[in-house]
Amino acid sequence: MDGARQWRTRAARYSLLGAYCGRCDKPEFPPRPRCPRCGHETTEFAFSGRGTVYSYSVVRQGPDGFADQVPYVVALVALEEGPLLAAQLTDVEPGELRIGQPVEMVTRRLRDDGPQGTVLYSYKFRPPRGWQTAPSG
Amino acid sequence: MARAGIAGEETGGPTRPGLEVGIVGYGAYVPRYRLPTTEPARVWNGCRAPQPIRELSVPGLDEDVVTMSIEIARNALTRAGIAPKDVGAVWVGSGSHPYAVKPTGTLVAEAIGAAPATLAADLQFACKAGTEAMQASFGLVGAAMARYALAVGVDTARSRPGDTLELTAGAGGAGFVVGPAAESLAVLEGCVSYVSDTPDFWRRAAAAYPSHAGRFSGEPGYFHHILEATRALLHRLGAEAGDFAHATFHQPNPKFSERVGKELGFSRAKLRAGSLVDRIGNAYAGSALLGLAAVLDVARPGERILAVSYGSGAGSDAFSFRVGDRIEDRMALVRPTRDYIAERVELDYAMYARHSGKIARG
Amino acid sequence: MGGSAIIGAAELPVGEHWMKSLAELAADAVRAALRDAGLDRPDALFVGNMLSGELTAQQHLGALVADHAGLAGIEAVRVEAACASGAAALRIASAMVEAGVLDTAIVVGVEKMTDRSGPDVTAALASAADADFEVDQGLSFVALNALLMRRYMHEYGVSHAAFAPFVTNAHENALGNENAMLRFRVSAEAFGEAKMIADPVNLLDSAPICDGAAAVVVASRQRAEGRRGASRAVGIRACVSATDTVALHDRSDPLRLAAVARSAGRAFETAGIGRDDIDLLEAHDAFSIMTVLSLEASGFAPGGAGTHLGESGVIARGGSLPISTLGGLKARGHPVGATGVYQIVEAVRQLRGEAGPAQVANARLAMAQNIGGSAATVVTTILEAAD
Repeated sequence: MDGARQWRTRAARYSLLGAYCGRCDKPEFPPRPRCPRCGHETTEFAFSGRGTVYSYSVVRQGPDGFADQVPYVVALVALEEGPLLAAQLTDVEPGELRIGQPVEMVTRRLRDDGPQGTVLYSYKFRPPRGWQTAPSG
Repeated sequence: MARAGIAGEETGGPTRPGLEVGIVGYGAYVPRYRLPTTEPARVWNGCRAPQPIRELSVPGLDEDVVTMSIEIARNALTRAGIAPKDVGAVWVGSGSHPYAVKPTGTLVAEAIGAAPATLAADLQFACKAGTEAMQASFGLVGAAMARYALAVGVDTARSRPGDTLELTAGAGGAGFVVGPAAESLAVLEGCVSYVSDTPDFWRRAAAAYPSHAGRFSGEPGYFHHILEATRALLHRLGAEAGDFAHATFHQPNPKFSERVGKELGFSRAKLRAGSLVDRIGNAYAGSALLGLAAVLDVARPGERILAVSYGSGAGSDAFSFRVGDRIEDRMALVRPTRDYIAERVELDYAMYARHSGKIARG
Repeated sequence: MGGSAIIGAAELPVGEHWMKSLAELAADAVRAALRDAGLDRPDALFVGNMLSGELTAQQHLGALVADHAGLAGIEAVRVEAACASGAAALRIASAMVEAGVLDTAIVVGVEKMTDRSGPDVTAALASAADADFEVDQGLSFVALNALLMRRYMHEYGVSHAAFAPFVTNAHENALGNENAMLRFRVSAEAFGEAKMIADPVNLLDSAPICDGAAAVVVASRQRAEGRRGASRAVGIRACVSATDTVALHDRSDPLRLAAVARSAGRAFETAGIGRDDIDLLEAHDAFSIMTVLSLEASGFAPGGAGTHLGESGVIARGGSLPISTLGGLKARGHPVGATGVYQIVEAVRQLRGEAGPAQVANARLAMAQNIGGSAATVVTTILEAAD
């Protein structure tokens, strides 16, 4: 039962809420209460959700909990604010995959622990299609 | 005994709340996967003939009512241009919430940044659940209990393998940020609801797929409720079909909405903008809202819009809107509904079965 | 005179040990290494292990292995640093011996992976990565290596085929190791056509899941030199551990393995030797991309040029930097928490001249590099043959 552990990270997972170190003037994702470089206390930072694919792979043998989702695409995404992030890509065909591909964040199901369990939701990334392509209001 | 109509009644409550309200932002979502209906027809009937609905939208393997609601909500907030913290209610109407107990609304509220100071709940009323959320939002904002409220109607409709619903059940939805009329891109002129206890379509809690009473869902269900609700609304507004530039009705299939429109005096041309069923199927609680979103995508300032839902069990909500000047700027902030529909990845029945959880894996 | 030495070494055949429990495997290796050292009872036992809790529901391996090995009563503790657990245990044991806290210590690396099914093992291995932001996203260890490999191929314009020599070399070398798991040749063509696990990493890019245990006995150099069999003692010239972020995405340049650079750099400094002095290298070839990245970060090739070492034959037994000389992780097998100790035992075999058909001629200085996670813990050891 990972409910409490995953509950703590929900803001980061649902909507890419990260952290910002005022001393280093750098946004951080995943968020940490203290800056990993200087130890300064961080504040909340909302990432735009826009980025590009730094690297990707198609997983054909998944670990427990993901074995029934294969094949699925994982990536390192370079967020436009700087940090790299490990995440799945979704709504993308294998032929479309390339390094440097622009992507936007969406919130999707990550895993489903069955009829007695819970569903874990998280950020994933896809080629730009919807809300993130709009100029921010 | 003929059932009572309400069109001539002067009672039945006001047709709009105390404060002037309207739609401040709207958003739609349709998943990109498509099942040509020739596929279930081939598998279950050995039939290759074209079906009345050409193809059905199917959720991706990682999509459900929660994820679709979040994208809808983000689209709607982008168009509204408001701070998520100002959203005072997140109400999601659907027949396919991922949990029987544990709200979709709280998760959506967290994801869009509306939590914690907000109302949040799920509504269930077959295909009327989404417009019920709209009614509640108009009431809440109209009573000044919140500056904005978010109403979402969305479904990932399920159908028993081989059932005729496999030729119609689609997925998708839309949502509306309801707020003060002065900020609205479409102002609410009035709304009416008409309900009765009618067993035309149902699903018991433990059942995987819904059951339906076949043709009984037509006359006593769909047509009676939509006609009554619409006639009552027109009567109370002192309006007639000719006053509206667009009308959109719940679309279980292409025939029903066309027939009910004709009966009420709306030409095919006035139904065109909101007619989506042929390309995505019946989006259930999302259907009427998607139709309205697609109409707003093309609406011009000054136009009037009629939108009417139908949910089995049964009831209809009828709304009249007057489009304002803000529509033109706001519409362009997010890709229109038709773009979601145009992007399509075709599935065969085997992949569709995987996407819709119809392959038992023990 | 300071320093420590290895006075006994032993390894069990790597493979599927259906009849043996984790404790029995470890005890067998401990007894064999003590026999090799001619020692009855060391002062302390250090157990390198990664997955006993996840895969066999057994923790508390220090006391458990001491008990099973007939050493009940001695100081004993388990050391865990993912796939670097084995060498991390050696690091602590040798430091305690060098500090004079212990006269002798035994280090055993043990892993029992075949008690569980594939997806369970894949999930357990992933516990070396960041649980919240890598594993929860569905990234397996293979996937993390695949992300590195794809980026490497993209950034340096290197083909997948360029990695083949590392794989064919490891399999060729395993033919001469009676304890290796995969004792067969692999052609470059077979490598190119192997089943894909996580593009571009295929089955033959990856080391196999297996059981195994290996052990070494550590004593002060002074003690080693003053006893019978001193000519078989192998000096520990350096054993240096360094770390990096656990999550790959927390690094500014994932293709530069900073912990490898730190650990190797300090190891050379401590040993007072240069890279050219190394006669053989037991590299951490769990994935062929990890071999190449670690060779670059260790300073054997500039960034982007690591695969040239394979193409030019440098890494073969007769080359100037033979690697994976007894099969490496790739073909000897990779019982994860035991791997670091297998590397040491095999380097010892080479330095003693006991490597049989796989013997590297005139081997005097050997380097072993044990890598945990996505190179988040790295232990580099430099060993020297007795005079």
